[in-house]
Amino acid sequence: MQEPNRLAVLGAGHVGPVIARLAIKAGYPVAIATSGDPEDIALITELVIPGAQPRWAADAVADADIVVLAIPLHRFGGIDPALLNGKLVVDAMNYWPASDGVLKTFEDGGSSEIVARRLAGSTVVKALNHIGYHELEDRARPAAAPDRRAAGVAGDAPAAASTIAGLIDRIGYDPVRLESLRAGRVLQPGGPVFGVVLTLPEFERAVRKDARSLA
Amino acid sequence: MTYTFGLDTFGDRNSDTDGKPLSHAQTIRNVVEEGVFAEQAGVDFFGIGEHHTEYFPMPAGDVVLAAIAARTERIHLGSAVTVLSSDDPVRVFQRYSTLNAISGGRAEVILGRGSSIESFPLFGYDLADYEELFEEKATLFAELLKGGPVTWEGKTRAPLLNQDVVPHTESGPFPAWIGVGGNPQSVIRAARLGFSLALAIIGGPPARFAAHSQLFQRALEKFGRPPLPVLVHSPGHVAATDEQAKAEFWPRWRDIITLIAPERGFAIPTEESFDRETGPHGALYVGSPETIAQKIASTLRALGATRFDLKYGMPGLTHEQLMTNIELYGDQVIPRVRELLS
Repeated sequence: MQEPNRLAVLGAGHVGPVIARLAIKAGYPVAIATSGDPEDIALITELVIPGAQPRWAADAVADADIVVLAIPLHRFGGIDPALLNGKLVVDAMNYWPASDGVLKTFEDGGSSEIVARRLAGSTVVKALNHIGYHELEDRARPAAAPDRRAAGVAGDAPAAASTIAGLIDRIGYDPVRLESLRAGRVLQPGGPVFGVVLTLPEFERAVRKDARSLA
Repeated sequence: MTYTFGLDTFGDRNSDTDGKPLSHAQTIRNVVEEGVFAEQAGVDFFGIGEHHTEYFPMPAGDVVLAAIAARTERIHLGSAVTVLSSDDPVRVFQRYSTLNAISGGRAEVILGRGSSIESFPLFGYDLADYEELFEEKATLFAELLKGGPVTWEGKTRAPLLNQDVVPHTESGPFPAWIGVGGNPQSVIRAARLGFSLALAIIGGPPARFAAHSQLFQRALEKFGRPPLPVLVHSPGHVAATDEQAKAEFWPRWRDIITLIAPERGFAIPTEESFDRETGPHGALYVGSPETIAQKIASTLRALGATRFDLKYGMPGLTHEQLMTNIELYGDQVIPRVRELLS
């Protein structure tokens, strides 16, 4: 096997540290960054994400193979798309007006499709957005564990989606591939798998049922 | 080590024994009785969380706390939480320093958001501004707590120039906490501004918050502040036996979480998830006094926390069930936790 992909996790709030810890446990080198000075998150990294490296966002992204966006969606507009040019980007964000307020940019369509349009120079895959941060770590299981759960991976570029499916598998979930970002709308708030942690057959059934009801 | 134990309510709307909802007014009068009874049962703190819904009709908890203050002598009284972002820090300070005066120095305040969002549209705030609102208002509140004239300027309220804010407290600042749901940057903020840390643990294994507790103490050191206490707030229900507690709590929990799940991002509860959360590694404290005491002791130990606040009640439970919960918590759970931790 090749050297594991290097991850840059952008965001040190509720979600970022959880994804970072899971990736570190799975053997990925992980850098974590916020919009500010890495010094500001040095203590958080040491105690809450041991093994991760706090860096400036630009440096973390430059050295990464995979960039995970784990910031509140209303801060996404503050990210310079050029920073992420040429990168494989995992969109773990959600548009969730009832909880976070209305954002006009995201009112129409799937949030990851809108993210992808803005990050035109990047390859965007939607994943890690639909299992709550309270549960993501607690429910992770090694491959073939009887109580292993499933997690969705949606992308327009098959190779990129494969890479992220590999990441999902290694951090402890059975990946379920959805053929496009548009199809990934089933992973959004209000969708059939958002906020529920399902086994592979349950997940596939829920997604299929939803696809049928949309047809 | 001195441990303290509290009870929190959101003014969960009571039902009668036939399952018919009581009025908001009767529910509020029942909360007053529950607060007074909590003192008699030996509870150290009684907290009221701000909510604005049909099933949590509790937008003005400080008024209810004042009524309890007039009928009690020892129990500490506070918010759990005050939604500071959609309130005016000057008014919050004034209301709780007034409560402090009425109660002879027994007021506390926990500032936060909870998972409550109704107050934002109600008072004309945009949820997208949440962070900026909280940061500014918490900073101002820390200034107000010091006593003395305040000079402050920001974007979220009118500036203050050498402003004397009354009533003055008799003996320095009253205890003030910031409620955190797991965001490590919020932990750092509490330490930076000199607030104590209230960890709201409402799902998953409580032990995973041990890192947050360490982070808080290390951050206090870094900011040159003395150590401050950590409290844990979690929901639950105490009855004579594990079976009875679960039978009473489960349908009420299922119904309310199912109702609010879509907007708060909670998973719809299942019997499986309920069993996990009420088990030894979950965040729900539902069971007999012995079960609950063991679980509280193990959480406090794991987190190095010195206070536990049980969020008792759930919409649809009866006032009588809540009074039994309070009695068992005060008479049996608290002494047993103290014994386990000594």
